[in-house]
Amino acid sequence: MRKTRAALPELSELQTVQHFTRLSRKNFSVDTALQPLGSCGTRYTPRGADSLAMLPEFLARHPEAPEGHSQGFLACLYDLQEMLRVVTGMQGISLTPAAGAQGEFAGVAMIKAYHAARQEFERDEMLVSAADHGSKQASVVMCGYKVRSIPTKPDGDIDLASLKTMLGRRTAGVMLTIPSGLGVFDRGIEAVAALVHGVGALLHCDGVNLTAILGKVRPGDMGFDVVHLDLHKGFFAPHGGGGPGAGPVGVSASLLPYLPVPIVGLAGDRYSWLCEQERPESIGRLSAFAGNAGVLLRVYVNLLMLGREGITRVAEYATLNANYLLKELMKAGFEAVHPDRRATHEFGVTLRRQVRELEVSSRDISKRLLDYGVDAPATWFPPIFPECLLLKPAETENKETLDRFVGAMKSILKEAETDPDLVKGAPYRLPVRRLDDVRAARDLDLAWKPANG
Amino acid sequence: MLGAIGVDSIEALFDEIPDRLLCGTLEAMPTAVSEVDASRLMSARARLDGVPTCFIGAGAYDHYVPAAVWQIAARGEFYSASAPCQAEASQGTLQLLYEFQSMMAALTAMDVSNASLYDGASALAEAVLMAVRINRKSKSRRVLVPKSLHPAYRRVAGNIVRNQGIVLEELPYDPAGGHIDPVLLQQYDGLDITALVIPQPNFFGVLEEADTLVEWARVNGAVTVAVVNPLSLSVLSPPGEWGERGVDICCGDGQPLGAPLSSGGPYFGFLCCRQAFVRHLPGWIVGRTLDVDGKTGFTLTLHARNRRTRRSGAASNICTNQGLMVTAATIHMALMGAEGLSRTAASCHSNTLRLGERLSMLPGVSIRFDRPVFHEQVVTLPVAANGVLRTLAAHNVLGGLDLSRDYPELGNAILCCATERRTAEEIEIFTGRLERAVALQGGAPCRLQPKGW
Ligand SMILES: Cc1ncc(COP(=O)(O)O)c(C=O)c1O
Repeated sequence: MRKTRAALPELSELQTVQHFTRLSRKNFSVDTALQPLGSCGTRYTPRGADSLAMLPEFLARHPEAPEGHSQGFLACLYDLQEMLRVVTGMQGISLTPAAGAQGEFAGVAMIKAYHAARQEFERDEMLVSAADHGSKQASVVMCGYKVRSIPTKPDGDIDLASLKTMLGRRTAGVMLTIPSGLGVFDRGIEAVAALVHGVGALLHCDGVNLTAILGKVRPGDMGFDVVHLDLHKGFFAPHGGGGPGAGPVGVSASLLPYLPVPIVGLAGDRYSWLCEQERPESIGRLSAFAGNAGVLLRVYVNLLMLGREGITRVAEYATLNANYLLKELMKAGFEAVHPDRRATHEFGVTLRRQVRELEVSSRDISKRLLDYGVDAPATWFPPIFPECLLLKPAETENKETLDRFVGAMKSILKEAETDPDLVKGAPYRLPVRRLDDVRAARDLDLAWKPANG
Repeated sequence: MLGAIGVDSIEALFDEIPDRLLCGTLEAMPTAVSEVDASRLMSARARLDGVPTCFIGAGAYDHYVPAAVWQIAARGEFYSASAPCQAEASQGTLQLLYEFQSMMAALTAMDVSNASLYDGASALAEAVLMAVRINRKSKSRRVLVPKSLHPAYRRVAGNIVRNQGIVLEELPYDPAGGHIDPVLLQQYDGLDITALVIPQPNFFGVLEEADTLVEWARVNGAVTVAVVNPLSLSVLSPPGEWGERGVDICCGDGQPLGAPLSSGGPYFGFLCCRQAFVRHLPGWIVGRTLDVDGKTGFTLTLHARNRRTRRSGAASNICTNQGLMVTAATIHMALMGAEGLSRTAASCHSNTLRLGERLSMLPGVSIRFDRPVFHEQVVTLPVAANGVLRTLAAHNVLGGLDLSRDYPELGNAILCCATERRTAEEIEIFTGRLERAVALQGGAPCRLQPKGW
């Protein structure tokens, strides 16, 4: 038995409500400010999708409820599997991964299982695009592979010549993000797929940016063997300050047997779970139950309401907004990372010149943006482009908001020219001024301790 | 906007995609429905599943969540916030995460906590990986995992660590007590064991001899990993105080702290450890620091901030966590306090004991294990469980989890739990229904006059 009571807060309900309401007001959010964040960005979740995913019966459903008490819920998941199959052009979907990184891991683990089934144990390398996200390295290492980095050309596409020299009998797979982490669509994708398949390796797609090409072009048609989606980034599930997410994986025919379980099956008019017993070659389950079901229901309702016309409209408006913003920023004197390329739903602006001439860093500029009421992207991604802002004005923002953003960037540029210290000292109008990260990592204070304790 | 970009149609923005890859209209994707129609469909499906009276636990517990919890957590400022990349614009989320870490540290009596992982099972996988990283002296990568641990947790941990040469070795449970008999561990005395996993309470609800197990591990150089139900820690001895020095790592699922059952997710995993191991702790970690004016503020710290730039050797791929569930849990803990949590725990426990007493008065029905339990227990039936459970379900009672798939050696056994939400009347109904269902399956004759069915 516990000897001393845990030191939890002792508050009244009103005190609790007031405290957390006050905290909430210290956040930027989609509901309160423009969030033009590249890569990890977030999108608006229609309120209808939220309420319908939280009907009392869905909230009360136990994960081990028998199938007789689950037909309604399973029907929703089955339909969602089918919709994602259609929009990705893949042969099969498993909804279970809990976030993008887990979907990514599942993809690599399936590639591993595929080669193991063919006894091709000499394949021990995974080639990863240099422009890609840091989580890939870890996912690859977790599956027992070595990582090699594929260079991209200055125009942002994969360097086919280098890829060719790196591919071989040791290659298990190649991992790309499409559109890429720098916001461009790789024009050589068919050639990449042919080269990869030519050596018996598989092609892995990070679908975090799939929203930009929804209803236009599909990973399955491009030759990918596995793709994972990031439903809390690209498919309108709320971001929640960092989750919960969902990272479904779609696969080509060659990887079907290995999909993680559980999956929802349909026989006649009866839905059922397909688990380890029914799918013995599966890489298995990745969470205790079926992943983040509540997130999946939201995305299902959303796709119902968008329909086939809506998904294409999302891609078009997102692309329109991004290209408009890019052009306007270029007119205002900012330099694009890829000035000769179309933007997809996001693009990079490099602040190299400003940094050199004006003694302000991209970090300073991003902090100053906060004073203008705009959330700013992290400046440490993508890793191969220092002093870069990766911008993603989602499809839901209107022209006035984008123009306001350009206005803010222009005036920050002027401030940097006339009064660089002002920009360097930003932010001023937030609950705190610039925080000392070095101190945070050096004098670790990770939990509250009672005084003298 | 098109004019500003210099194109005459939105389609032109997609001109870098090779024509032959364009998918055209996706006929297999349904056309859009309105919110009213979506609402009709979802309500019908929800009604189909209903809200049966739930006596299943097995890792997901039907607790009452005070209204204030989700009313505040669902505020747009939390709900639609992006990941806290710009700390100054995310002080609400970051301070809340710091408070969460503090409360989890207090509840588990551990030094530090991270800001969450996907769920309990995947948190165990991360804990095992962490144990292997910490225990540099051990070369075997052998981890002892009791069979009395949740079967899905064992599978998930295996699936995630399998490709790193880690061996999860099953420890049998005592057939009479349902716990790990510490005497059994003697066969491993002096062998190279990397880590020992200790569930408390275990999957059967049975309490393990945690102090003895921790001491065995300490003497034998194994890292200890506790898997706990956080609600139980309001009454049971916390892992930080087991044995002489407490455990090294502690993980579990946060669902009992404010997450609705919701078909198994989203919940959240938590992971706590000793201060000495904090640099091995995966996931986000929030630290308290100062701003340039010396004012207190909060920021992501340690490796978490740099995850996106890590190019190799990153130990864990976790990026997105379960932010919003943690928001709810933090409000839940603040609202309930230690006292409220311990009352809930005590009430679940006494309901479960009462259920056990009532059921074991039925002929042929008995409590399987003779050791003390917490809020869940294994009940043996005189006939096959699955028919009985199906009959009960037809009467809208989910009478427990059939253990025959994972523990065939237990015979006709079910795992039952009655949380604080189950009333004395529901327990009586369950008892009556069970008796009739057993009789129906050809078990003991029914003593009661059937009435009202
Ligand atoms: C390109 C890319 N891939 C993968 C991930 C990982 O996804 P998640 O955060 O959903 O785990 C992220 C986000 O952090 C990302 O931006």
